[in-house]
Amino acid sequence: MPAVSKGDGMRGLAVFISDIRNCKSKEAEIKRINKELANIRSKFKGDKALDGYSKKKYVCKLLFIFLLGHDIDFGHMEAVNLLSSNKYTEKQIGYLFISVLVNSNSDLIRLINNAIKNDLSSRNPTFMNLALHCIANVGSREMAEAFAADVPRILVAGDTMDSVKQSAALCLLRLNRTSPDLIPMGEWTSRVVHLLNDQHLGVVTAATSLIITLAQKNPDDFKTSVSLAVARLSRIVTSASTDLQDYTYYFVAAPWLSVKLLRLLQCYPPPEDAAIRGRLTECLETILNKAQEPPKSKKVQHSNAKNAVLFEAISLIIHHDSEPTLLVRACNQLGQFLQHRETNLRYLALESMCTLASSEFSHEAVKTHIETVINALKTERDVSVRQRAVDLLYAMCDRSNAKQIVAEMLSYLETADYSIREEIVLKVAILAEKYAVEYTWYVDTILNLIRIAGDYVSEEVWYRVIQIVINRDDVQGYAAKTVFEALQAPACHENLVKVGGYILGEFGNLIAGDPRSSPLIQFNLLHSKFHLCSVPTRALLLSAYVKFINLFPEVKGTIQEVLRSDSQLRNADVELQQRAVEYLRLSCIASTDILATVLEEMPPFPERESSILAKLKKKKGSGTVSDVEDTRKERNTNVNGSTDHTTATTNTKPSPSSFVSDLLAAAPPPTNRPRPVPSSSILHMPLSPLSPQAYAVHSAAPLTPFYQVTSSPSSDLLGLGNSSAVNSGSPPAASNAASLLVDVFSESLPVAPLGTASAPIIEENFSRFVCKNNGVLYENQLLQIGLKSEFRQNLGRMYVFYGNKTSTQFLNFSASVVCHEPLNAQLNVHTKTADPVVDGGAQLQQILNIECLSDFVEAPVLNINFRYGGSVQNIAVRLPVTLNKFFQPTEMMSQDFFQRWKQLSDPQQEVQKIFKAKHSMDTEITKAKIIGFGTALLDGVDPNPSNFVGAGVIHTKTIQVGCLLRLEPNTQAQMYRLTLRTSRGSVSQRLCDLLSEQF
Amino acid sequence: MIGGLFIYNHKGEVLISRVYRDDIGRNAVDAFRVNVIHARQQVRSPVTNIARTSFFHVKRSNIWLAAVTKQNVNAAMVFEFLYKMCDVMAAYFGKISEENIKNNFVLIYELLDEILDFGYPQNSETGALKTFITQQGIKGQTKEEQSQITSQVTGQIGWRREGIKYRRNELFLDVLESVNLLMSPQGQVLSAHVSGRVVMKSYLSGMPECKFGMNDKIVIDKQGKGGAGDDAGKSGKQSIAIDDCTFHQCVRLSKFDSERSISFIPPDGEYELMRYRTTKDIILPFRVIPLVREVGRTKLEVKVVIKSNFKPSLLAQKIEVRIPTPLNTSGVQVICMKGKAKYKASENAIVWKIKRMAGMKESQISAEIELLPTNDKKKWARPPISMNFEVPFAPSGLKVRYLKVFESKLNYSDHDVIKWVRYIGRSGIYETRC
Repeated sequence: MPAVSKGDGMRGLAVFISDIRNCKSKEAEIKRINKELANIRSKFKGDKALDGYSKKKYVCKLLFIFLLGHDIDFGHMEAVNLLSSNKYTEKQIGYLFISVLVNSNSDLIRLINNAIKNDLSSRNPTFMNLALHCIANVGSREMAEAFAADVPRILVAGDTMDSVKQSAALCLLRLNRTSPDLIPMGEWTSRVVHLLNDQHLGVVTAATSLIITLAQKNPDDFKTSVSLAVARLSRIVTSASTDLQDYTYYFVAAPWLSVKLLRLLQCYPPPEDAAIRGRLTECLETILNKAQEPPKSKKVQHSNAKNAVLFEAISLIIHHDSEPTLLVRACNQLGQFLQHRETNLRYLALESMCTLASSEFSHEAVKTHIETVINALKTERDVSVRQRAVDLLYAMCDRSNAKQIVAEMLSYLETADYSIREEIVLKVAILAEKYAVEYTWYVDTILNLIRIAGDYVSEEVWYRVIQIVINRDDVQGYAAKTVFEALQAPACHENLVKVGGYILGEFGNLIAGDPRSSPLIQFNLLHSKFHLCSVPTRALLLSAYVKFINLFPEVKGTIQEVLRSDSQLRNADVELQQRAVEYLRLSCIASTDILATVLEEMPPFPERESSILAKLKKKKGSGTVSDVEDTRKERNTNVNGSTDHTTATTNTKPSPSSFVSDLLAAAPPPTNRPRPVPSSSILHMPLSPLSPQAYAVHSAAPLTPFYQVTSSPSSDLLGLGNSSAVNSGSPPAASNAASLLVDVFSESLPVAPLGTASAPIIEENFSRFVCKNNGVLYENQLLQIGLKSEFRQNLGRMYVFYGNKTSTQFLNFSASVVCHEPLNAQLNVHTKTADPVVDGGAQLQQILNIECLSDFVEAPVLNINFRYGGSVQNIAVRLPVTLNKFFQPTEMMSQDFFQRWKQLSDPQQEVQKIFKAKHSMDTEITKAKIIGFGTALLDGVDPNPSNFVGAGVIHTKTIQVGCLLRLEPNTQAQMYRLTLRTSRGSVSQRLCDLLSEQF
Repeated sequence: MIGGLFIYNHKGEVLISRVYRDDIGRNAVDAFRVNVIHARQQVRSPVTNIARTSFFHVKRSNIWLAAVTKQNVNAAMVFEFLYKMCDVMAAYFGKISEENIKNNFVLIYELLDEILDFGYPQNSETGALKTFITQQGIKGQTKEEQSQITSQVTGQIGWRREGIKYRRNELFLDVLESVNLLMSPQGQVLSAHVSGRVVMKSYLSGMPECKFGMNDKIVIDKQGKGGAGDDAGKSGKQSIAIDDCTFHQCVRLSKFDSERSISFIPPDGEYELMRYRTTKDIILPFRVIPLVREVGRTKLEVKVVIKSNFKPSLLAQKIEVRIPTPLNTSGVQVICMKGKAKYKASENAIVWKIKRMAGMKESQISAEIELLPTNDKKKWARPPISMNFEVPFAPSGLKVRYLKVFESKLNYSDHDVIKWVRYIGRSGIYETRC
């Protein structure tokens, strides 16, 4: 309850509350409440009008009863009446009741809005404040709709009081958070920025919060805030702490405002103006200097406030990443915190250092703290701090200290918390791989890892070891030897058995010369582990055995004996049984030549991003590590040549990666090499030990069994759920196989939604429609889909014609448009339901109404289902609704064009692409395409007449995006350079992608 | 078997805690408090299972009694025990209240030790208990007396000690019935039953053998067959069909099973001889005729007529009619010809009280209820009108035919015993829909 003067004491309320508090039981409480409710009802019903005081008192009681958990279904009217009172306390109670109790669909909302409007337009600042608070507290969409225009007006009006401005800024912030789309951007935005100059620090603080949120959405509109923020910051930082009086908190000048200003600056790149930049640097230096000063107070609030500003300053420094001296100073400052008594400070210091480590300027400085961090890992009591220490170690690792860090992490792993073990394992695996100088060390490390924390070594980790061993000839012998030795331990982890089985199966011959590791000994060693392993591992071991048959003909008998034994041939597990039978037959029937071909050594894997890294990223979300990773990758040339993507794309050699698929590798997809009978039988069965879904995939697309089988084991080995063969519809021979193999290794699957996996999305004609609106979208033996479309501003209408090419009816015909996340929020597609029956030879028309809400990247999918004959047909076609359809061409003169061109100079706004011409470089065709793309073609703008220049505006419901484009053909090299500048980076990128496909 | 027994006050503070078995830990006390007494929603089931431990509770005014067990016990047995426990405590110190329990906690622990042994219920007959658990402290009991107590308590008739002597042999018999009814607005009986008890207070010398007879239909029919033919029709009207009944442990069940005669050696003092239930041919003492009319959105007119339906010579007492009012009632005007009527806001009801009313009479109340318009479109659920009363006859029609006392050893006969019989019919849940 607010502090009220004695006259306003509301004794009745106090008595009621104390009665409730004194109730002995729940029943007594309910009785008391019932009595009070009846009393209030009779008072409200009473003929004589209640005065403001009693109205307020009863509304208060109702509020109290509501807060006790009882339903209140009356009194709303009285509360609304209170709003029009002239007394502060009455108005306040009224607003309190409204914001707590009135839901948005109430009939009273109009009255309430009226009352709020009255208060907003009153001259009384207290009333305005109350109204603003109510809007913010309710914060519903309806409120936003009603007051989205008024609040900004109040905020920037010249004669508004400071306290009201403050409330208005925060109110607008709240509305912007709940319904950002309803807040109109207008000329007020520029005036909001100037609030940063306000005399009143409260207003500045509130305005900064608002600007931060708005600037994150539209950075361009608030660019000017940077210089003002810097100026304000420097005034705060340099002022004597007594100047700010009310806003000095335990000797720290306006800590909240400072933090917010620093946050705001983090929305933008470092200022380009040297003067501003200098001033900012000066500020940051002052903040860092202040951290060095002895504390002015022993109170914890003082140090908290000071450190808050400091940490925000450091994150700004990291964000700018441009001032080496500052970065190093920040690093040193954090270094001091690493040994601070306060656990929270240590945590924050480690966390900030993680990001610092990614900057090239401070990386070395961070590395100097390695001992402290390692020490923290060992002695820190708080597990979350230890985890941050691990993160930091990971971030600061490079070639020079990799061995030390990996060793430390391995030793920590033995005592680490179970919850973070898997992450550490992944990190060790990545570091070991990335900074391995010699591969023997790498192999040792990973085997050690499996030994120490076998349970936490995920599939990806040991897949990766095998990939690397297979790809590097020089390490294979060593690996075989090490693995062999490791396997001799009496108890070894199952993952080690897997690695051992695989490596010995492949490269056992390299160590067979040594009598201590003769083929038979190798086999016996592996087989001694066989019975302790799970089914997938056993399956893998069986494959290893059959490989042995090829490698060492002398043990063939022994192995056949093992395969023939009842425990294999009649194993309860289908997979094991099948393998045993087939391998046995294979070894009996096939000649040695065939065996050698079928059981050939694995071909090297295509290089790509480490799947472990992907897993770590997934685990962390978009956390710091991945950021660090991205930035670091560019600077460090990877030993393993992970940049070797070009070889991957041109690699038509099949590179499946399991033993099973190795069997299949004997007959690479595109060749016609004769295959022995048993091998072909294997071929048509998904054999992967790790692929329960292989069967499912197999049945999902029976048209392409061959690709299914080749792809599924490898994809499963890599832990990918979906096979790209499913998505790529009809397989166009060898090139598809190659791309398939590339796809298999990347996490980014094609956009096909899994739910409609049975119908691959057809996009073959999609790009044709980028520059034209009419034509045939899709055609097969049964059905032809034609399109006719027209677009105006942000609206479009599309006529879809479904032609039945057969002579029989299509039954249950349905066509629906699916917009997946995030498209459904960006594009509104309204479909009229089509006739369920399409007669033979007839054509059916369907109209789609399209509304563009905001810029988008994906295109909607048209799902068509119908019954033809006995079977249900399911077709999914990507609809050519692209962003450029919402272009309105703009004609402009050369001068205008270049002026605008220069305005859009932000690096995010420009996208440039250089690409090879796919079609002949005919000027007229190019012109037609640019016009078809939607922009106006501007003649005589570019000094070079062979260049093409276009301009247009993309209309969406929320925003309009101006767009300028320039296409520079180079006929000699058969190349184009396409440059696009729009006010939104995402739009530029999408348009560039679309248009570059057309030439 | 019962693992422990706790008594809490209304706040959930533990007043008595007695653990009989090791499988009940200390945390069980808190578990019940947290999950039942302080539960967010009211716990309606008397049996609660928390972490594989069962809690059986009964509530007496503000006091919670909870029996705890980890085993799969007979729940009816546990509740029977808890009720018995309440009776015993009531017999020792009157009303069960927090203050009384606090004042008598030593006694309660002593009782708990006696009536439960390792979780198995023992003799819980108040009369017997009072011979060796006394509130006066240790009396100088002779060895003889002590052994007598032992032999009596462990003997065949544990509920009565020998050597009781009264100058006047007296006997009080109360037939207490509660009648339950649910009636439709049109006056159709939807459900009705009577649950009755025969409570006896006996002050008899020696070890008397008693025989109790009532107008049980089976007994009457049997006699009718054996006796005069024309008598059967007459007495058949007055006999009642008892649906089910239970007896005090002193009644010889074998005899009841074979001859359907109730014979027993009564305990000394007050006890409940039998409990029964009937559903047929119930005399409904009152008829309630409701009339509710909604006048617009803001007014409701209610008229209720009650008719007494018994002999004009009898007087019903403590009549109370409770007419529920809608939740948005803002004012009530009541007019009644007889008794007093008042709108009780705390209970959302109009309560109409009449002190006395003779049979075959009629009385009426009319009320105007003003309503406050609300936002909710929810319709008022119209809860039934309920009624309380007390009548001096048994609504089930039960009649005591005889109670014979035989004491062979002492020289008093059945005629010397002064016998008092009283019938009281009360309302249970006596509701009429409106």
